[in-house]
Amino acid sequence: MSRRSLTLLKNLARNSNASCIQTRSVTYMPRPGDGSPRAVTLIPGDGIGPLVTNAVEQVMEAMHAPIYFEKYDVQGEMSRVPAEVMESIRKNKVCLKGGLKTPVGGGVSSLNVQLRKELDLFASLVNCFNLPGLPTRHENVDIVVIRENTEGEYAGLEHEVVPGVVESLKVITKFCSERIAKYAFEYAYLNNRKKVTAVHKANIMKLADGLFLESCREVAKKYPGITYNEIIVDNCCMQLVAKPEQFDVMVTPNLYGNLVANTAAGIAGGTGVMPGGNVGADHAVFEQGASAGNVGKDSIVRKNKANPVALLLSSAMMLRHLQFPSFADRLETAVKKVISEGKCRTKDLGGQSTTQEVVDAVIAKLE
Amino acid sequence: TLRSVLTEEETFTVLQNISDSNSFVAASLWCFEEMTMAAATFAKRLIGSRSSSTTATSVARAFCSSTTPITATMFPGDGIGPEIAESVKQVFTTAGVPINWEEHYVSAEIDPRTQSFLTWESLESVRRNKVGLKGPMATPIGKGHRSLNLTLRKELNLYANVRPCYSLPGYKTRYDDVNLITIRENTEGEYSGLEHQVVRGVVESLKIITRQASLRVAEYAFHYAKTHGRERVSAIHKANIMQKTDGLFLKCCREVAEKYPEITYEEVVIDNCCMMLVKNPALFDVLVMPNLYGDIISDLCAGLVGGLGLTPSCNIGEDGVALAEAVHGSAPDIAGKNLANPTALLLSGVMMLRHLKLNEQAEQIHSAIINTIAEGKYRTADLGGSSTTTDFTKAILTHSSIFLPSSMKSFSPKEKLVTAFMGGFTSQLVKEISIEECVKEAGCYASNVVLQRFGCI
Repeated sequence: MSRRSLTLLKNLARNSNASCIQTRSVTYMPRPGDGSPRAVTLIPGDGIGPLVTNAVEQVMEAMHAPIYFEKYDVQGEMSRVPAEVMESIRKNKVCLKGGLKTPVGGGVSSLNVQLRKELDLFASLVNCFNLPGLPTRHENVDIVVIRENTEGEYAGLEHEVVPGVVESLKVITKFCSERIAKYAFEYAYLNNRKKVTAVHKANIMKLADGLFLESCREVAKKYPGITYNEIIVDNCCMQLVAKPEQFDVMVTPNLYGNLVANTAAGIAGGTGVMPGGNVGADHAVFEQGASAGNVGKDSIVRKNKANPVALLLSSAMMLRHLQFPSFADRLETAVKKVISEGKCRTKDLGGQSTTQEVVDAVIAKLE
Repeated sequence: TLRSVLTEEETFTVLQNISDSNSFVAASLWCFEEMTMAAATFAKRLIGSRSSSTTATSVARAFCSSTTPITATMFPGDGIGPEIAESVKQVFTTAGVPINWEEHYVSAEIDPRTQSFLTWESLESVRRNKVGLKGPMATPIGKGHRSLNLTLRKELNLYANVRPCYSLPGYKTRYDDVNLITIRENTEGEYSGLEHQVVRGVVESLKIITRQASLRVAEYAFHYAKTHGRERVSAIHKANIMQKTDGLFLKCCREVAEKYPEITYEEVVIDNCCMMLVKNPALFDVLVMPNLYGDIISDLCAGLVGGLGLTPSCNIGEDGVALAEAVHGSAPDIAGKNLANPTALLLSGVMMLRHLKLNEQAEQIHSAIINTIAEGKYRTADLGGSSTTTDFTKAILTHSSIFLPSSMKSFSPKEKLVTAFMGGFTSQLVKEISIEECVKEAGCYASNVVLQRFGCI
């Protein structure tokens, strides 16, 4: 355990650039066309996954981005992620993936959760913001939800005590709470964010969420320039719906983070447009931000009406992570222009276009 | 106390005496409590000649229960509690709701029989009466006692928390088409309170789901949907991650769903549910959930319609116990200043009436509240207005011209006047009929004082 924290400390110390995700150190800026392209693992996933990852591939090619994809087919029904896929991710350190469908109530544990645990991707980032030109009920939304990704309610430790009585364990450790709090404050500091809010339910779960809050408070003391406050999760959801402008960066344990991220994504325009990623000390997996709808319905798959914007913005985050900021900027500007024009929008944003039409519009706007 | 039926003249003499008193509410209360039997019989005699027996019984029912009045427990609570409880009592009396309130307060020291500040007598009273209305209670800080809500929940075995959320017409929020009900399992789940520290720095918390509790709440949800004419029940879960626990909950819901084939049943993962709620809340009808999700989702829905100051809720227990409560806090900063918004407690009272099957009065009070808020002239500070609690209550009472049971709308002016006096209705009703004609017809029974009281001269 001490070895891990040492690596983390080294990473934090090395982090001099204003990059939004922890990265390995680089000694030079790779110029476009210079050096060999970077390899990125690509997992298309289920449902709308193949559609939207295809969209990303097309756009990357059109941009001549210096990355190439190693595609692996993983189905949600598989019991484990295949060993070769894990090898590839460990080698490339970066992965882009579509949603993996978890069968409800079946005996298969979620592959998304497995990936996160094995690669120790302890932080899940979702950036929810109002896109200009996209009308929503709420204005001035710019929230980043940082969610602890490995423990909490998703520990997967359940058993049947006697027939008809089932227990599930929620595990909170000081180690994980501390590192997610450190990540959240470091992120806020490096990205010029003013406020960090911890979301909890410590009035009921006094020991578990109490431990989480203690860790957050300790870390908050080391960042005097950033305001820190705490809010109970049901009050938080109410405030999100009524006054979302008051939130900036939110740090939460696992389950509340899921709910808060999906609510925040919903008020800012829907989960079809919010980017996000899962980040660990050594690896990063980028996917659609909030987890609702990342597999989609069959009708969307058949009619090709999936929204690729979320994955496109996530791949822009990935490009920044790989130290290609100029490509990331080009991609983001193009996508934002397409949205603000409003001519090409998929069904969840109120339009009628297919995925391909949106992709073509984005490629056309690349300059 | 008038127990026998009076003659016409005697009744009016008494009424004249009542009108001399200063407090209108006291007069109507007096009228109501003491005169109910006499008034009902008198009215029956008046109209007995021209109408059918159903009208007579509805008149009798409107002013009193021809059976004994129902006793209900009331916990006014702390802070703004007593003010809004007073408001509820006024509105209920004016509407002719046959309820006698048994008030209980939180005591100042711990009762050893209940391990909390609620006395054994209060709990016994709820168990006896089977219905109650609870205002906001502030749990005193300290150790060695259980929280008040926890005490109520465990002692009365309140297993389901029902919260209807609908957009109030006239109060504009960002969402206009919300009309859903959240039913939340209230006893187990993540809130069992079973936590322990395994080693230093590692804490475990247990989430318990049992078949019995899940079946109970699912049964209630479908029963509620059926009795209130709802078409769809959605079970909210996270069974893709918590497979055994939420899986058991879903299995129980499915079993109950089979017994109600006319109601559509669906299962929604909670992340999808959150997103759909904030994007398009009209998609949902009745939601049934385990404890933690229920807590968060019901507060989310309350936020959609305007906050906790407008949200009613009702806790259902075993043996048909129903405790309606206002979920907002006790707001100690505005306590005693007549600024509180009584809507939440009033709407909870309406829920209680529906549970008692007094649907007509429930509907009337409900419409009066909705119309008052929709009108917009009288709103308390939290809705953006500047009225006081008493003004708001008076405004609701003014709208209570519709408290007149529909069967009585066909009465002659004289009958309306008489019944108005007896029921303590407001001047609004009396203004509808020409008071001069009335007086002529009634043969100058009404004195000038009474006419002044009703604002007619």
